[in-house]
Amino acid sequence: MIHDLIIIGAGPAGLTASLYASRYQIPHLLIGSQLGGAIVWAAMVENYPGFELITGADLAQKMIEQVKKFGAEIKNTSVLEIKQKENIFELKTENDEIYEAKTLIFATGTQRQKLNIPGEAEYLGRGVSYCATCDATFFKEKIVAVVGGSNAAVTSALHLAALAQKVYLIYRKKPLRADPIWQERAQKNSKVEIIYETNVKEVLGDNQKVTSLKLDKVYQGNEQLKVDGLFIEIGGQPGTELVKNLSVELDGEGYIKVKPDMSTNTPGIFAAGDVANAFGEFRQIVTATSEGALAANSVYQFLKGGKKCPD
Amino acid sequence: MLVLTDKNFGDEVLNSKIPVLVDFWAPWCGPCQMVEPMIEELAKEFNGKVKVGKLNVDENPQVSVKYGVMSIPTVVFFKGGKEVARQVGLESKETYLKLISS
Repeated sequence: MIHDLIIIGAGPAGLTASLYASRYQIPHLLIGSQLGGAIVWAAMVENYPGFELITGADLAQKMIEQVKKFGAEIKNTSVLEIKQKENIFELKTENDEIYEAKTLIFATGTQRQKLNIPGEAEYLGRGVSYCATCDATFFKEKIVAVVGGSNAAVTSALHLAALAQKVYLIYRKKPLRADPIWQERAQKNSKVEIIYETNVKEVLGDNQKVTSLKLDKVYQGNEQLKVDGLFIEIGGQPGTELVKNLSVELDGEGYIKVKPDMSTNTPGIFAAGDVANAFGEFRQIVTATSEGALAANSVYQFLKGGKKCPD
Repeated sequence: MLVLTDKNFGDEVLNSKIPVLVDFWAPWCGPCQMVEPMIEELAKEFNGKVKVGKLNVDENPQVSVKYGVMSIPTVVFFKGGKEVARQVGLESKETYLKLISS
């Protein structure tokens, strides 16, 4: 069976694309490895119209329910490989299933950037974490480090400081790149100690849990910093692994280049949401959803040979 | 779904006759909310063959500390009272399915 459309990614962009595709009666499939996408990490969403305050996970659940109500099928698995065979795209998933589609919408978002240092993977969940709001509770009265200098890194450090005994904020540059208000709060917080122009080289532990970090320069007379936990907040990278052999053009930062209608340079391939470069660095839930809607609209026109969508 | 606690963990998990999938979670953890519907589906699909339960790490520190859970969501698969597989972080249903097959 050849689907008219396969949407890859189940965050706000992919889910909205599916919603619109359902309304346009485009037979399609939504494949996503992470239901809800990046918003599930947002503890508070206050800028999505219609909701004064909602958690990202609740908003994601609502979107997923709505998509399912419209009858779309969601496959909660990873796409491993995509091949183009003339005008058909062939997708292979983690469970070795093959799906075919006439068009694709990439709504693959961004992936959490890892440090890629020894010990990081080994101690994941045993001191290494990528979510301060999730895991701060395990570090009450403990010593932790946060790597990064962005808003996310600084807010994580402040969140941890409420529970931990001490929080080192380690950043490879100087000054921090977080908004001035966050920088000021971090500097004023007596539990937060900022270590500038330093990188973490290795996560060390006792095989059970993290015990210290190896730094690339001496800090207070020691290359090793004793910590119980390490929180990594160094941003994301576009999820473009799958487009690489489809000759889809990327911009200088690795995001998918899209035209105003969300099409890419490859006919039949569209992109939406954080992975697309439509709004520059402005990556919001509202921009993701609107890009998803627009991409579905463009897919309809593409499939119908330029015919306009019904409203 | 079965609610696991520090008190009933021994009876329900360690002395269980069938394998048990345990979801370590907390109410403030967004990604944990996404795990729950997935493992609920698995509970239905493996009804009678695999027991599925969730354990609130905040209310049940003893079990969490004993199994070294320091990040949530963490899903652990127990067979014969022993941990045989573990997945940290939000993953796909496919990944949790693989834990059960391990």
